[in-house]
Amino acid sequence: MADCNETIRELETFLDGALSEDGHQAIHAHLEGCPDCLQAFDFHAELRAVIAAKCRNDEMPPGLLSRIEKCFNEDFDGDGQIG
Amino acid sequence: MQYAPQLYSAALRMTRNSSDAEDLVQETYLRGYRSFTGFEDGTNLRAWLFRIMTNQYINTYRAKQRRPIETDLADVEDLYLYRRVGNLGALSRSAEDTLLNLFTDEEVKNALEELPEAFRVPVLLADVEGFSYKEIAEMTDVPIGTVMSRLHRGRKAMHKKLYDFAEQRGLIAAGDDEQVKEPTNG
Repeated sequence: MADCNETIRELETFLDGALSEDGHQAIHAHLEGCPDCLQAFDFHAELRAVIAAKCRNDEMPPGLLSRIEKCFNEDFDGDGQIG
Repeated sequence: MQYAPQLYSAALRMTRNSSDAEDLVQETYLRGYRSFTGFEDGTNLRAWLFRIMTNQYINTYRAKQRRPIETDLADVEDLYLYRRVGNLGALSRSAEDTLLNLFTDEEVKNALEELPEAFRVPVLLADVEGFSYKEIAEMTDVPIGTVMSRLHRGRKAMHKKLYDFAEQRGLIAAGDDEQVKEPTNG
């Protein structure tokens, strides 16, 4: 089982889902018995969810889709090819 | 064009203005359309489109840049934001509610957009779009180790920016070091 320092060091890689299965298990085992580290992991997981939600909610400008579709049907850049 | 809204949001974070973002999304679909024969069945269409868009953005951005590309950032201590606002969550139902209300959409967008390009793009691709290190390495054409270190430093700088915004709005008492959580030990 990992200690607190090792666990915190792996926080990002753990949340990125990039640890080996053994590494993931070791961190998981530590978190089950350590409320302090668990709180830090929870915080960062929630923070990431909040960042993702707030950074991908932009309204597409009206007309962008139809402008793209139009390009697919004509020689948009004059290179003699459709598209 | 089911991915267009996601691509447009990501394009806005990259280019930081709506007219460049529209051009970037349009160019991405055109390039995708032209090179569709290069698209292998079974590969992820979403990742393929993001790869085209990221390449296109980086190439255009670097070509326009007069100054050398910034690949450095001021160093920020680990767990910077957590040590300062991590305890706020204990008072409410969930950390997510607190964090959702602590920062406005604009603040979170700005905190990301203010990162230099070399950090902004990987943080966007990982934390907003959920791509893996390997996918980001391919999209940005840098080694996986570089992706990981840019994510680490970019995230810290972004979190510090978020803290600064909250402090400016008076949500967090300025310079109150007693609030800083002690690092967890052994």
